Amino acid sequence: MHLVYPLVLAVLLFAIGLYGVLARRNAVLVLMSVELMLNAVNINLVAFDMWLRDTLHAGQALTLFVITIAAAEIGLGLAIVLMVFRNRATSDVSELRDLAEPGIGKGANARKARKTGSRRIKSEAA
Amino acid sequence: MITAAALATGLPFLAALLGLAVGRRSPAAARVLAVLPLAAAAALAIGVAAAHGDGGVTEEGPRLTPTGALGITLSLRIDGLAALVGALVAVVALLVQIYSTAYMRKDERYSSYAALISLFSSAMLLVVYTGDLLVLLLGWEVMGICSYFLIGHYWETEVARAAAVKAFLVTKLGDVPFLIGILVLGAGSGSFRIGAIVDNVPPSGSAYVTAGAILMLGGVAGKSAQVPLQTWLPDAMTGPTPVSALIHAATMVAAGVYVVARLYPVYLASTAALMVLAVMAAVTMVFSALAAFAQDDLKRVLAWSTVSQLAYMTGGLAAGGRDAAVFHLLTHGAFKALLFLAAGVVIHLAGSGRISDMGGLRHRSPTVFWTTTAGLAALVGVPPLSGFFSKEAVIGAAEHTALDSPVGGPPAAAGWLVLIAALLTAAVTAAYATRVWLRVFFGESRAPRGEPANHDVPERAAEAPAPHGEVPAAMRWPLIVLAVPTVFLGVIGLSTAWLPEWLGDADGRPYRGSTADAGLLLENQAYYDLVPRLGTSLVAVALLALGAGVVYAVWRRDPAADPARLLGPVRVPAERGFYADRFQNAAVVRPVWALSRVIRFVDTAVVDASVRGAADGAWRTGGRLRRTQNGNVQVYLAGLLTGIVILAVAVAVNA
Repeated sequence: MHLVYPLVLAVLLFAIGLYGVLARRNAVLVLMSVELMLNAVNINLVAFDMWLRDTLHAGQALTLFVITIAAAEIGLGLAIVLMVFRNRATSDVSELRDLAEPGIGKGANARKARKTGSRRIKSEAA
Repeated sequence: MITAAALATGLPFLAALLGLAVGRRSPAAARVLAVLPLAAAAALAIGVAAAHGDGGVTEEGPRLTPTGALGITLSLRIDGLAALVGALVAVVALLVQIYSTAYMRKDERYSSYAALISLFSSAMLLVVYTGDLLVLLLGWEVMGICSYFLIGHYWETEVARAAAVKAFLVTKLGDVPFLIGILVLGAGSGSFRIGAIVDNVPPSGSAYVTAGAILMLGGVAGKSAQVPLQTWLPDAMTGPTPVSALIHAATMVAAGVYVVARLYPVYLASTAALMVLAVMAAVTMVFSALAAFAQDDLKRVLAWSTVSQLAYMTGGLAAGGRDAAVFHLLTHGAFKALLFLAAGVVIHLAGSGRISDMGGLRHRSPTVFWTTTAGLAALVGVPPLSGFFSKEAVIGAAEHTALDSPVGGPPAAAGWLVLIAALLTAAVTAAYATRVWLRVFFGESRAPRGEPANHDVPERAAEAPAPHGEVPAAMRWPLIVLAVPTVFLGVIGLSTAWLPEWLGDADGRPYRGSTADAGLLLENQAYYDLVPRLGTSLVAVALLALGAGVVYAVWRRDPAADPARLLGPVRVPAERGFYADRFQNAAVVRPVWALSRVIRFVDTAVVDASVRGAADGAWRTGGRLRRTQNGNVQVYLAGLLTGIVILAVAVAVNA
């Protein structure tokens, strides 16, 4: 089989994953998109492993590692999403902006946060 | 002998450190630490003087590893002058300590006071004995700081604080040219050793000698309270009486005179420096004698009289009479210490320091009356008291320079200046001494009834107020002891075999009155002859009789009024020290304030502003960048991706 087929498949998967990560709002879907990207990389690894006829099959071994770690990662990620949803009744990543710079972006108490926040930072700077 | 001198210098220093460390916990230990090391130092200093005799110059010190261009030696250089002044300093310091154990017994800061006096005497002995100008400067500055602390001993009072700061700043103002002068002399002669500087002076003078000598006069004027830096000394009288009596009258203020005498060949080689010294001395003499005439506070009269008498010494130096100046330094030390201690007792008796509150004290304590009379007579120069001989020696040297100026010696103009000023001052001195004598001891008592006016004499508050009590023995005996040199010290000038031979010639070498070679720089024998000359003595005695007579006549007409009214329109300016304070204020203090205001403006408006501007700029720039941080993780990731793509493209294009 020509190398280009799995590579094209991998690119398609990666692009879909990238789009999902950047554009989807649901945190679960974002996590799924991350999985797509990881699997695109896995396809690459396996394809190149076969193409290079690596005697140690390092590509396949690395793929197994990635699968394992991805499983662990998705477990953690879903747990976090679950906790966030329980706390805030939403899993929309565009709503989760607690780490934003005070006063930037949307929010009902944005102006108040700006005042206190900027004073704190200024006093630290002084 | 060098070891003894080094020990005499070091012991009081150690005593000061120990006294500061343990004195607070144990006043008894403080007293022992104050007196015993100084007693040892005094014995050693007398031993040094006795061992030295008239043996020329002894200089010795450890050899230091040369480390650079500036060679500092730790050697001690003992000649007749240093040995004599060293003994005087150590003995006077010992007397202060003994007197203070009684006088300051109830003072809660006694331990630090005693330690400071020990430190002061150590520094002064260092100045006297050291053979290196930079080490001399070290001792000089330590003396200045001790003087500051001692004047400000009663720092609870505003007056004492102000006087201490003033004394410190005014003397420091003189020390700036002093330091530069030392550097000029050191650079010019290639060494800071006094011996090398004195030996290498070109006999015909040189630019560096003149510059160095004149610059060093700044420090001399500051320490010895000469015009234009004289204003601190009268204010310094707010310190405890032992301090004003013995440090600010007998020892420290003589340091300036001593330095000039020590570097005398340098001054002799520079006509300009001698002229500056002569003008300074002449102005100071007359001016401060007039100021003394107008003062109402007894201690201030004595302070101005000290300034005036110090000007006699500098005048004697300017006229080539080094031995005469040192002679006057010794006798003045004796009679001025007597006068100050007597003033302490008089203030004690009268309950006030103001002359207008005294009067009729003659009957209250005959001891004080007679000793003060002797002191004042010596101050005036009544023959045959000590002051007469030393003053005549100064006048004689000035007369010799004026009438018979030797080639290459002091200029005749300096001689005339000093001679006329000294004769004038003799009359004014007689006038103010007579005024004090009559106003304090004769006439009706003018003591204020009821509450004694103790407020302007803070030290009195610490003691039992006994304005009408007896004079304690501890205060009476020092007067009697000091009266002896006051009366008899003059005889040491009667033969060239005594004081002049002890001091050596102006170069510091042994001097033999009989040999033709009197000295390299000051060859004329007349400068070593301290015996009063008939002509000048008659004029001086006539003038002092005139001064005293006029004041007596005025006083006889109206004993209740102050004879200071003789001064007429000059009286108020004289009482204020001829507005020298105001002048200094305008000439130095206000420019310094203005300069510091400019500097403060530059500091806030330029230096600080640029720092703050840099911070503000960074903050504002950061503010723009902060807008991108909106909390949306996906925006961040998009940025990250863009960055990666740009980097990848850049790498691909370049590769």
